[in-house]
Amino acid sequence: MIVLKDVLALLDAEVLTPGTDPEAAFQRVFASDLMSDVLTSAQPGSLLLTGLANSHVVSTCHVADVAGVVFVQGKRPSPAVVEEARAKGLPLVSTKMPMFEACARIAGLAGEGGHGRG
Amino acid sequence: MGEAESVYRKEFPVKGGDFANAGAAACEIKELLKDLGIDAASVRRAAIVAYESEMNVIMYAREARMDLTVSLGKVRLVIDDRGPGIPDVELALTEGYSTATAEMRELGFGAGMGLPNIKKNADVFAIDSEVGRGTRLDITIRTNGHVNP
Repeated sequence: MIVLKDVLALLDAEVLTPGTDPEAAFQRVFASDLMSDVLTSAQPGSLLLTGLANSHVVSTCHVADVAGVVFVQGKRPSPAVVEEARAKGLPLVSTKMPMFEACARIAGLAGEGGHGRG
Repeated sequence: MGEAESVYRKEFPVKGGDFANAGAAACEIKELLKDLGIDAASVRRAAIVAYESEMNVIMYAREARMDLTVSLGKVRLVIDDRGPGIPDVELALTEGYSTATAEMRELGFGAGMGLPNIKKNADVFAIDSEVGRGTRLDITIRTNGHVNP
């Protein structure tokens, strides 16, 4: 399992959704800017890394049981999108790191006894 | 199992081009199915079918009606749109084939996975399309049979 507080520390990331539990845990990680790919291939309970920051990300995650989102490259969704995510219980965080570096760090975390791949 | 045994029915209108409300029907359907006590895996499949269908209507059609019928052991979704229709259904069911615009792709959609993904998540999948009239999808998802009263 990948725990949110470890992700925040590794990616120097900021929580966007108020009330998010730093102990939230994710079984898997999926990275894509394409919501079509999230809908076909992300496993339920995944943490999504994406560079897309619109309301479709929140709807897609809700529908596909994705459990949290990391916006990379300093992307931040609008306050309305953040509120929508908060209402749906979807944690959102943002990091300035580019996608590749964020993925590489999380892959390292998964390799240290986590099972976050896939 | 006949429609007479349905325990829940609801109709959702979807407007073509309405990107601002994209996902509203699918998210509502997901909550309804969860409240009805349907198993999580079936709820997820139905929500994905509803969402992909809703996006297809918003991206390509003028309008549609999405009918949800829940009965013991199954969820049925019928999406009947008024739109351009699909000239080659077999081609449209090919993974990666897409006629999406750059604008649709910027929103994270239009990868040519919508119809194939609807089919993948359906237990029964039927499509009927007529160019110049529209497209009708009739999807059934089998559930674990439990429905809250």
